[in-house]
This record gives sequence, C-alpha cells and structure tokens, in this order.
Amino acid sequence: MLEALLWIVRRDVTIALRRRTDVFTTLIFFLIVVSLFPLGIGPELDTLRLIAPGVVWVGALLASMLALEQLFLADHRDGTLEQILLAPQPLPVLVIGKVIAHWLITGLPLVIMAPVLGLQYDLSAEALSVMVWSLLLGTPTLSLLGAIGAALTLGLRSGGVLVALLVLPLYIPVLIFGAGAVEATTSGLGGGAHLSMLGAILLVAILGTPLATAAALRIANE
Amino acid sequence: MQNRLINWFKFSSPATFYPLAGRLAPIFWVLAIVLIGIGLYMSFFVAPVDYKQGDGYRIIFIHVPASWMSMFIYIVMAGWSAIGLIFNTRLSAMMAQALAPTGAMFAFVSLWTGSFWGKPMWGTWWVWDARITSELILLFLYLGYMALVGAIDDRRRADRAGAILLLVGVVNVPIIYFSVKWWNTLHQGATIKMNGQTSMDETMLQTMLIMALGFWAYSIAAAMVRVRAIILEREMGATWVRELIGDRA
Repeated sequence: MLEALLWIVRRDVTIALRRRTDVFTTLIFFLIVVSLFPLGIGPELDTLRLIAPGVVWVGALLASMLALEQLFLADHRDGTLEQILLAPQPLPVLVIGKVIAHWLITGLPLVIMAPVLGLQYDLSAEALSVMVWSLLLGTPTLSLLGAIGAALTLGLRSGGVLVALLVLPLYIPVLIFGAGAVEATTSGLGGGAHLSMLGAILLVAILGTPLATAAALRIANE
Repeated sequence: MQNRLINWFKFSSPATFYPLAGRLAPIFWVLAIVLIGIGLYMSFFVAPVDYKQGDGYRIIFIHVPASWMSMFIYIVMAGWSAIGLIFNTRLSAMMAQALAPTGAMFAFVSLWTGSFWGKPMWGTWWVWDARITSELILLFLYLGYMALVGAIDDRRRADRAGAILLLVGVVNVPIIYFSVKWWNTLHQGATIKMNGQTSMDETMLQTMLIMALGFWAYSIAAAMVRVRAIILEREMGATWVRELIGDRA
C-alpha cells in the first residue's frame, strides 16, 4: 500500500521534473502577484510590513489554486487515472500520493521562495521564520482541499474558473490562520496558537479530504 | 417491501412525489402569506419602538429570520445530499437543487438588510465582523454549488458531484465560522455585537418567530414548486410525464 503511494509520488515528481515549465509558471505567478502589491500601494515600508503576511498568503493561495488543474487532468486525458481507479490499493491512499507529489511540485517551491519575498517587504527574521512555518503547515492543506475541487470539475468545460469558485471559500480558514500567525508575531503576541490551529486543520484535512476526492474521482469517471 | 406497515421510500420516487408536491405547495403558500402578513403587521404596528435604536431596528424582523433560513437551508441541502448518496434516490438531489436558489436568496437578503441596518446604526454599510463575513462565505458556497451543478451536463454526475461539494461545505462551515470569529476578536477588540441589545421585548420576539415560521413556509412552498419543475424537466421521457402532459394538452 505504502509502496504504491511512494510509487505514485516518484512517478509524478519525475514527470514534473521533465516538464519544468509547469513548475516554474506557478512559482513565477506567485512572484509576480506578490511583487505587484508594492507597485499598486506604494513603497512605504511601514505599510508594506503591515500587509506583507496577507499579500504573501493570498499570493500562495492563488498560485496553488492555479496549479490545481494539472493535478488530475493529464492522467485523465491519457487514461492513467482509470488505471489508478482500477488498482487494488485503496483509492484514498493513492490520492494522498498524488497530493503529496503535487505539493512537492507546486507548494514546496512557494515555501522556499517566501522568505525572499518577505525580505522585500522588510519583515523581521522572526516573522520570516513564522511565515515559513505557517506556509509549511498551510500549503499541504491547500493542496488537499484543492484536490476535491480538481476532482469535481475534472473534464468540465469551464473547469478553471469553477475550481476557484468551489475552492476559495474553503481556503479561508487556512488563509486566516496562516496570515494571522505572521501578524501575531509582528505584533508581539507570538504565532504559536495560529500554527497549532494550522497543524490541526492539516491533520483533519489529511484524514477527511482524500475520501471526498476519491469519491469525486469515481463519480467523474463513471 | 409489501409486508411492511409503512413504505418509507414511497415518496422518494419522482412519479409519486410530483402530485404530493403539487398538493403541499398551495398549503404552504397560504401559510407563508398569512404568517408573513401577520409578522409584517406586528413588526410595523405592534412591536414597540426600541429605546436605543428607534424605528430602524425593525429591519431585524426580516434580517434575523433570513439569516436563520440561509444557514438552515444549507444544512437541509447537505442532509438531502447524504440521503441521496447513501440510498441512491434520485429525488434527494432534485430537492437539494430546488432549495439552493432559495437559500442563496436568503443569504443575500440577510446581507442586504444587514447593511441597511448597519448604515444608520454603525455608520457604515459593511463591517468585517465575524457573522457578516461568514454569511458572505455562505453565499459564495451556495453560488459555487449552483455553478458546479449547472456546469455538468450529465445529470447523474451533477447530482453526485454537487452532493459531495455540499457535504464538504457543511463540514467546513463551522470551521469557517470559528476561524472568522477568532480572526476578528484578535484584531478588533470592541466591535459592536449583534447581541449587544438589552433583553428583548416579548412582542419583538414573538414577531420574529412568526416571521421565521412564515419564511419557513415560503421556503417549503418555493422548493415544492421548483422541484416540480425539475422533476418534469428530468423525467421528460418517462411514461407518467407523457400521460400527465397528454391530459392537459
């Protein structure tokens, strides 16, 4: 069972590394969105420091949402998904494998890039480390929740816009606690409570969302 | 099935439910008109003037029942979806789809009346208060559900995909509500609370309950009418629909 999960992770990561542009478009989108805010709002560092957590988190949210379409679409087109559905291993476990791979490809680069962007917004070293932790705990939840939306809209005409409508309302708790952790740190309250909530949400998401995603995939491939 | 006293699934078939809905709808229309009529009369002429907020508070007689309904209808839709997925009944998904526009309407009415109330009372149309924000997200969830069901051409897939979305949403709604609440209390200590009013007058409470019951009746009536339309549209090819239409033509 675990072997199948690891196999799926390895396969998806290998495919992604051979098609590097897909990985980079998400990352570059994230960089551009976050860099647009100082241009729109003005370069005062006091303001920027205030909005930095929210901007970085919203950027991460949008970037991970944009990447969702790739999650199942290629496998759906070439028939791999049907084979995965027929596999003897339980489908939720295989879904977790797909989500882990997706997070490694699209989520992890955002986490690594975030401190650099935080520096542009003049965040303190402490706030930066909390931001990285909050993203590290939060972005896997985004991938897990997003997988449900990607599975539900698989193969639909207006899939891309629809995913946004389905998934963004569900992302809100992650956004609130993720950006809240950084803000609490900069205001001296300490981000521990927020990070604990993010961890709790992640655990619940790991348990619950693969079941919903698996059900949605079966419905899409009936 | 025959030797049981009650056949629980008798009305789960669209063919038997269609006439039942037709009989129920007028009853609930009458109930809705009477109750909302009494409620409106009481809210304008019977309920006393609030000593702090003057006459402006009367919006609450529409606002609060609408908010209740918007939340309750979402839970009912999720309940129908669960039944539909478990027992594989076709009617359940139709009921969920029939309820969705009414729920979205109530969510919108609740936000709209809330901002009308907020302008004179708080001096602003919109506050990022926990309740307002969660109500807005609830409206988004309704819209997402309707968009998803509308985008899938295959009816069966639309039913089941919508059901999964509703169930995921209903798990998320409490999480969203509490996260928004905590987010809010962390940032603005002293927002004016909705329940900051001193204990409510007896007649005010009665009026509000009558309005809530009226909104219930309206929701049921509207859902019955809508589900009849959905049944006819879906079962176009079925013999009983042909016979029914044949009678009228």
